[in-house]
Amino acid sequence: MKLHEYQSKQIFARYGVPIPKGRVASTASEARQIAEELGGRVVVKSQVLVGGRGKAGGIRLAKSPKEAEEVATQILGMEIKGLPVRKVLVDPAANIEQEIYLGITNDRAARRPVLMASAAGGVDIEEVARTTPEKIIKVHIDPLLGLRDYQARDIAVGIDLPKEYWKQFGEICHGLWRAYVECDATLAEINPLVILKEKSLMALDGKMLIDDNALFRHPDLAEMRDVDEEAPAETEARKYGLSFIKLDGNIGCMVNGAGLAMTTMDIVKLFGGEPANFLDIGGGASADKVAAAMRIILSDKNVKAILFNVFGGITRCDEVAKGILSAMAEVKPDIPMVVRLVGTNAEEGRKLLADAKMITAETLADAARKAVAAAKA
Amino acid sequence: MSILVNKDTRLLVQGITGNEGLFHSKQMLAYGTKIVAGVTPGKGGEWVLDGKVPVFDSCKAAVNATGANASIIFVSARFAPDAIFEAADAGIPFIVCITEGIPVQDMMRVREYLDQKGTRLLGPNCPGLLTPGEAKVGIIPGDIAIPGNVGVVSRSGTLTYEVLYALKLVGMGATTCVGIGGDPVNGTNFIDCLRMFEDDPHTEKVVMIGEIGGTDEEKAADFIAKHMTKPVVSFIAGQTAPPGKRMGHAGAIIEGGAGTAAEKVKALEAAGVKVARHPEEIPDLLK
Repeated sequence: MKLHEYQSKQIFARYGVPIPKGRVASTASEARQIAEELGGRVVVKSQVLVGGRGKAGGIRLAKSPKEAEEVATQILGMEIKGLPVRKVLVDPAANIEQEIYLGITNDRAARRPVLMASAAGGVDIEEVARTTPEKIIKVHIDPLLGLRDYQARDIAVGIDLPKEYWKQFGEICHGLWRAYVECDATLAEINPLVILKEKSLMALDGKMLIDDNALFRHPDLAEMRDVDEEAPAETEARKYGLSFIKLDGNIGCMVNGAGLAMTTMDIVKLFGGEPANFLDIGGGASADKVAAAMRIILSDKNVKAILFNVFGGITRCDEVAKGILSAMAEVKPDIPMVVRLVGTNAEEGRKLLADAKMITAETLADAARKAVAAAKA
Repeated sequence: MSILVNKDTRLLVQGITGNEGLFHSKQMLAYGTKIVAGVTPGKGGEWVLDGKVPVFDSCKAAVNATGANASIIFVSARFAPDAIFEAADAGIPFIVCITEGIPVQDMMRVREYLDQKGTRLLGPNCPGLLTPGEAKVGIIPGDIAIPGNVGVVSRSGTLTYEVLYALKLVGMGATTCVGIGGDPVNGTNFIDCLRMFEDDPHTEKVVMIGEIGGTDEEKAADFIAKHMTKPVVSFIAGQTAPPGKRMGHAGAIIEGGAGTAAEKVKALEAAGVKVARHPEEIPDLLK
């Protein structure tokens, strides 16, 4: 789950990381009011869950409250990479001497968290990693020991940070580490962390990704999810414990198991079709869940055919068949459906569907071929 | 012959009195797996599965009483890390964790601890493993595979069933089928299994089923090129997956341009691995 900049910064502040005194506004007049309270120049920053806000014109400087209102009006009317801007953060403008990158993420290959910093902050760190990897200093953290003081010092030395800032930098590293651990983040990033002309450090921007699997122990963070920023079908799917991702094709896919769901998409494509979605109904799916999955697929008007591919293990094919039948009775779809049931109770499932006018298939390749043909017909 | 489990494996089931634990223990027993004990805190002293399996309050008590040498975990995600620590502390050398949805930071701590102890973990978020005709430790349906000379290792669950079934339809069987699971941080990986299959005299060919995300397939390709004498056939799921979207498995995500199917296929082909375009092509490529 992605958090907005303002949410991430508020969390960092709880762990002692200095952040600007700004606030969030959802209207231009609120933005003006905040600018008046702050006094002086402000930065109006769009709050959307995509990168490249600056380049898209979603981050602007304003010299007066009146200008802040004008700029906020423009930004609140924008779409950035397809996402409408619904909120802006109004922060006081900072006097920047240097921009630093500081982040903690999971290094999957090392199976450890990694603390990374670069004196080349403020820009896309992935770009820095690609072009000049030597400019990124990394320290792996033992997950049982946690971040040690010397590691933060090693990073400070590595990025040539002047000695006078080492102490505050160490505190910020520890704050970021605690935020990362206690929020079960998969990424906690400050970009840029700036050296102010006033001779102190401040986190001007912040980004956090939270491990979805850990949300059960963070109800406060789970509430921060911005459902406005995801496809409605994906929100609906989560409610039923389905894993769903919308794609651009016209063949709806319903499969049990993530690997098999991806494979089903791949084979549809291999035989000349385009999958409309990734959908994993999970193990042991009940008829209710299957019916919900079918409604979600059918809510996409591009879908011209549906392919059901179920390899019964824990999941029983007769349960899946019942779900299909109840969803059909409810939504009465008028598009062709191809079904392949193998494994636990497949025979019973097939019998249940015998009168449902569905196209049946034996193998995966056969099923994909028939679905592609049906979508084109 | 087989790897990791066989007819002599003495299995302990953690979470044996839960719905899933009980259901799958029954299936495993029916398959012939030697389940010697179950653990559910608070239910020690009971017997389950028609009085065949004693239940203990702790792993330590279970190991002392029964000499269990492998454990399988069916407890929910919030308690599973503790169950793994407990099994490792009881001295069990091989732990299989079926549980899906364990937070990744928990798994990093688990892995660190297990590596220090020298304990082998399979999973989490995996279907376990099956040595056809000898032992089933996990949830892979027993009737979809027959004994044979193909070693199978996979990051997926039902996709693995698909492959085992396709092999069975043409009369091909497996020495052992290992599901390593779809999480970003797990225990046993591709290379561990490839090495074991290379050393197992009865395994003549290997099937490796990967998916998008991470670089384990690329590392496996490197290992295959340098150390494998046995032929390897592979399939990589997720050719059509968009970047930045987690495809069900926590580990199946293309991040920062890395972990695409195309890169993995390229690395494997460069290592001399035949890569199938879809799972039903695998039996032909093994011939």
